[in-house]
Amino acid sequence: MTIFRRSETIIAVILLVAMVLIGLINPAFWSLDNIFGLLRSNVIIGIMALGVLVVMISGGIDVSFTAFAVAAMYLTVKGMLYFGYEGVLLPFVVATLIGLALGAFNAFFIHTFRMIPLIVTLGTGSVVRGLLLGLVGTSIVNIDKMPPQLINFAKVNLVNSTSATGTNFGLTAMILIYLGLALVTHLFLRYTMIGRSIFAYGGAPEAAKRVGFDTRKTLLFVYCFAGALAGFAGLLQGSMIWQANPRDFAGFELDVIAAVVLGGASIFGGRGSVIGTLLGVFMLVMVKNSLIIMKVDTTWQRVVVGVIIVGATALTAWRDRKKLV
Amino acid sequence: MSDSSIAKRILGQDRNILQLIAITILVFALMSWLNPDKFLRYYNFESITYIMPELGILAIAMMIAMLTGGIDLSVVGIANLAGILAGVFFHSVIVGTDQSTGMILLYTGLGILMALGIGLLAGLLNGFLISKLRITPILATLGTGQIFTGLAVVLTGGPAITGFPDGWNFIGNGKIIGVATPFVLFVIVAGAVAVLLTRTTFGVNLMLIGTNPKAAVFAGLRKDRMILYSYMLTGLLAAVAGVILSGRTNAAKSDYGASYLLQAVLIAVLGGTNPAGGKGRVLGVSIALIALMLLSSGFQILRFSNHLIDFIWGGFLLIVIALNAFRNTDR
Repeated sequence: MTIFRRSETIIAVILLVAMVLIGLINPAFWSLDNIFGLLRSNVIIGIMALGVLVVMISGGIDVSFTAFAVAAMYLTVKGMLYFGYEGVLLPFVVATLIGLALGAFNAFFIHTFRMIPLIVTLGTGSVVRGLLLGLVGTSIVNIDKMPPQLINFAKVNLVNSTSATGTNFGLTAMILIYLGLALVTHLFLRYTMIGRSIFAYGGAPEAAKRVGFDTRKTLLFVYCFAGALAGFAGLLQGSMIWQANPRDFAGFELDVIAAVVLGGASIFGGRGSVIGTLLGVFMLVMVKNSLIIMKVDTTWQRVVVGVIIVGATALTAWRDRKKLV
Repeated sequence: MSDSSIAKRILGQDRNILQLIAITILVFALMSWLNPDKFLRYYNFESITYIMPELGILAIAMMIAMLTGGIDLSVVGIANLAGILAGVFFHSVIVGTDQSTGMILLYTGLGILMALGIGLLAGLLNGFLISKLRITPILATLGTGQIFTGLAVVLTGGPAITGFPDGWNFIGNGKIIGVATPFVLFVIVAGAVAVLLTRTTFGVNLMLIGTNPKAAVFAGLRKDRMILYSYMLTGLLAAVAGVILSGRTNAAKSDYGASYLLQAVLIAVLGGTNPAGGKGRVLGVSIALIALMLLSSGFQILRFSNHLIDFIWGGFLLIVIALNAFRNTDR
């Protein structure tokens, strides 16, 4: 019965128990309004988490991707305003490419100088944020200036409904983009050579090199992938909240990393799955959002996230130790 | 071990220190040349001696965590929590009581004890998670850092706590025989840590564990306990930095010194600490600290925005990584 021993199953069970408990404390949790809202909150953190998952499977860690996301978002929106561009597709391509280019920068440093990814990405994150705020500007592009086609794009809903109080709500179509990206990530991690090379490199870098994987290519792919997803998610976030704030996402990387760890990925590399990450993201978002409907003071949010990170890592550490014996 | 290899080892270490001194002189010359009239003032250097210590102590704390191949991302959280806890304590006892000097001194002393105590406790938690539960230092301290900062938010509700007693103010802004109190504290802390790391069993054990954890265990070193102690020391030092920070600004807030984390890592790495463990000297970290303080003070005089200074710190970190990599391939 291997399915019961898989970490995804355990996470799913914990998730269900937590949902039932929260629902008992406040039945409003189960309202369609709240569920749609929760799914919507999954999109941005989830897309970024897919990138972090791939980095963590390769045995690395990335704390710079939020800086890349904000740079991609702000530069793209500023560029659109400057050129008066009115499309949707091209800006997202540009934002993705900005993130990808910055990710390549990470890969270059990590591979060429063999430095610990945490320290490199601390540096690159600070460089990108500093340059963006210092040279490009600190002013927020508000809804009155924000390109309307981006807002309209992010407003598309799959289902529309009206709540008992008469307000309209819907399930955002952006969830399809998130799930589509998750499917693509899952497929390439499982079935392509580059995907297998990431697992191989994360499990044992030296062994991966000796069996003939081009580890430079693997690392380049990993960090570019994380950067590209962050860039894309950055612009999507701007479109969904109707503003481009160059100070956005400060400290958000911790939430994303927490979600990925919660999803069963190991920081030592070689372990992790897309399904686990989807569950981890949902769990983190649900707990954070539900603090409000459980009437817990919002000042406790950070403590709760911290406890979740420590708890989840303690569990994975315990699991990995058992495997070693 | 032959004489020549010992000589080479000392030379190797000295080369690192020499390189750092060269960087410092270079930065000093560059800044003096860029701001001839403002940089070379006594006032400028005096203000550096007030701002430098809190960051320096955090960098030394970071170095200690790195000696065993770890890292402590919660230092800034611990520092703020320590300052805030003391602030909350003062608010609860001093308001409404008579302000006699003796009582104020007593309360200040108690406040310091509380701040340092929470630092030790926080370090104990980190050390326990890392050495006993075997959580990777990055994730353990990432999580506890959130917890400490979160508790600081819960204690203050968000805004800064102000109104520390005079004794507290003295720690951050006073002078002892013409020298800034924080600077005196920094010299004492740096000296004590240097002695602890080079002249005691604890320090030597840490270096050995960092160089080769497996060999250290087989050699009979109590690795877990040593790592636990090292994180307690890191927590204690972070709390000292927190006391100095809140004393200097006469306030404590949950998000003070957010950029200190990157800067502490940078100074530790620039000072010749190997993040993979086994190598690090207080002297190196101190010289790196001076170089970077001169750099950032010079850019501030040039009216660079804080964002650009963040950029320069980050860029410096990347350049140092590249330089270290080239130096290591030389050998």
